[in-house]
Amino acid sequence: MSIIMSAATTDRWDEFMEGVWRQNPLFVMVLGLCPALAVTVSAVNALSMGLATAFVLTCSALLVSLLRKMIPKEVRIATYIVIIATFVTVVDYLIQAISLALYDALGAFIQLIVVNCMILGRAEAHASKNPPGIAVINALGMSAGFAIGLFALGAVREILGAGTLFGISLFGASFQPWVVMVLPPGGFFVLGMWLLVFSAWGRWRQRKQAAQGGAAQNA
Amino acid sequence: MHESAAQIFINAFLANNFVLAMFLGLCPFIGVSGKLETAAPMGAATTFVMLVASLCAYGLNLLLAYFNLEFLRLIAYIVIIASAVQLVEMVLKKYSPGLFRALGIFLPLITTNCAVLGVALFQTAREYDFIQSITFAVGAGAGFTLAIVLMASVRERLQLSDVPSVAQGAALSFMLAGILSLAFMGFAGLGG
Amino acid sequence: MSDATGTLPAMTPATAMIRTLGLIAALCGVIIVAAYQGTYDAVQENKRIAVERAVFKVVPTAQSIVEYFALADGKLEKVGAGGTASSAAPAGAIKFYAGYDKDGKLAGIAAEGAAKGYADTVRILFAWEPATQKVPGFGIVSSRETPGIGDKIVVDKAFLANFPLDAALRDDGKSLAHEILTVKNGSKANPWEIDAIAGATITSRAVGKAINDAAQALLPRIRPHLDTLKEKP
Repeated sequence: MSIIMSAATTDRWDEFMEGVWRQNPLFVMVLGLCPALAVTVSAVNALSMGLATAFVLTCSALLVSLLRKMIPKEVRIATYIVIIATFVTVVDYLIQAISLALYDALGAFIQLIVVNCMILGRAEAHASKNPPGIAVINALGMSAGFAIGLFALGAVREILGAGTLFGISLFGASFQPWVVMVLPPGGFFVLGMWLLVFSAWGRWRQRKQAAQGGAAQNA
Repeated sequence: MHESAAQIFINAFLANNFVLAMFLGLCPFIGVSGKLETAAPMGAATTFVMLVASLCAYGLNLLLAYFNLEFLRLIAYIVIIASAVQLVEMVLKKYSPGLFRALGIFLPLITTNCAVLGVALFQTAREYDFIQSITFAVGAGAGFTLAIVLMASVRERLQLSDVPSVAQGAALSFMLAGILSLAFMGFAGLGG
Repeated sequence: MSDATGTLPAMTPATAMIRTLGLIAALCGVIIVAAYQGTYDAVQENKRIAVERAVFKVVPTAQSIVEYFALADGKLEKVGAGGTASSAAPAGAIKFYAGYDKDGKLAGIAAEGAAKGYADTVRILFAWEPATQKVPGFGIVSSRETPGIGDKIVVDKAFLANFPLDAALRDDGKSLAHEILTVKNGSKANPWEIDAIAGATITSRAVGKAINDAAQALLPRIRPHLDTLKEKP
C-alpha cells in the first residue's frame, strides 16, 4: 500500500492508526476509564460519548498546537486545562441543544470529560510539540480508538444486558437479559474481558512475528 | 431534597460507593492500588482535596449564581481543584517530605481525578446545602479510600498467586473490581 | 532544564506570562459565551418541548399549559412575570404547571417530585385533579434505576392500578389528610397507599415519597388559589 500512497500520506495514516491501534487509549494505555464504564450501558450512549470526547480532544489539540509557541512553560498544564474546560463547556451546550434525552443519559460525565487523562496527556505529550495538522490527525486517531473501545464495551453490555443493539431487539421477547451487564459490576467485567482478549491477541502476534523472524533468519 | 447528613454519608461511602458504583476516580484506583502503603495515604490526600473542593465549589456556586455566570462553572471548579492540589502538594512537601516522595507523580494527578470534580458537580446538581455538601465530600472521600485500600490489599495477595500470565495486569484488576462492585451492591438501600 | 550549551533557558518574564494568559483566558471566554448564546434558543426550545410532552402525558385532556411559581408567602406568580431571569425560581418557590383543556378550563395540575431511588434520584412528574383531589398518574422525568426491575414502575399493571391515588387535603388545607405511603406488595388497605412492586421496593418507595413530599409542600399553597386557576388567564 505504501507504493500507492505518497510518503506524506503514509505518515499521516500511520499517525492516525497509532491512536486507533498501537496506542489505543482505552485498551492499551488504559486511560479515560471513568466515562468508559459509566455511560457504556448502550451502544448509542457509548458512541455519543465517543463523539463528544472526539470533539473536545480535536478542538483542544488544535488550539493548543496553534498556541504552542505562546503558552508559558511554567503554567502550561493550567492553560491546557482551561482550554479543555472551554471546549467541554461548548460540547455540553451543543448536546443540550441537540437532544435533552441524550444529555440526560450521559449526565455528569459530559462535564467529566475535562478530567479525562487522555485529553490532558495528549495536549502535554503531543499537541504542544507538533504543528496543527499533525496534532489534529493524532487527535482524530486517538478519538477513533477511544470511540471504538467505548463501542466495544457498549455493544457487549447492551447485547448481553438488554438483548438489544441500538435499541433493536436481537433475541426476541423470551430472552432473559443478563442484567448485571448494565450495572456497575458488569462494566468492570466486560472491560476486564476485553483487556484479556487484547492481551492474548498481542501475545499471539508477538509469537507469530518471532517465529516468522526466526524462520526468515534461518532461511 | 431532604436527605439527612447521615443518609448522604452512608450513601456516598457504601451504598453508592464513588468508585465501585458511580465509576468515579478509576484512573488512580487502578494506578495506585498496587501497594497498600501508598493506597491509604492517597485516599487520605484525595479526601482532603475533595473537602476543600466541596467547600470552594459551594461558595463559588453562590457567587456564580448571583452574577448569572453559570456557564463559567466548569472552568471555575477545575481551576479551584487544581489550586487545592497545589496547596496540598506544598503542605506535604513542607511537613511530610517522606510521604510527598512516596506519592510521587500521583499527587498532582489528583487534579484529573474525576471523583474530585464529581463531588463538586454532583453537590451542585443535587442542590445540597452547606452541611450536606461537607458530609457528601467526606463520605465520597471515605468511600474512595475504602475502595482503594480493599483493592490494594487484595492485589498484594494476588501477586503471590498463580494467575495465568495473559490475565495479569489491568485485566485482572478489573475482574477484581467487578467482584468488589458486586459485593458492594449488597449495601443498596442502606440508610434508607 | 538546560540546553546543549549548558546555559539555562530564559525564564518567561512575569508580565509576558500574564499578558499571554490573559489573552488565552479572553479567547476561551469568547468561545464559551459564543457557544452559550448560540445554543440558548435551541436549548430553551428543547426544554419547553420536554416539559410540554411530560405534562400532556399526565394530564391527558390538557391542550395548553401555564407555568406558575407557588411562592413561599402563599401567593402565586406566573413564570416569567417576575423581574429575574425567566426560569430562575424565587427562593422557596415551587414550580407547577396548570393544564387547560380546549375550553380553557383547568384540567389538572402537574408538578415535579423527587426522591432517592436505588441508584440515584428518581424524578417524576405527577398530576393532581382539583375536582377529585386525586393523583391520576405520573411519568418519569429522569431515573437511573435498574433496567428491567426499577423501570417497571411505568409498565407494571399492578403498580399502575394504584392510581388514581387519593391525595385529598385536610379540611383546613394545611397538609394532606393522609400521608401517601408505599406499602409492601399485597398489603395496600387504603386509597392513599401505594402497593409496591415485589422485587422493586426501593424504586416503588421512591415514587411514593416523591409524590408525598411534593404534594405536602405544594398543594396547601395552591388550595387558596383554586378559584383563580380554574379558568385560563
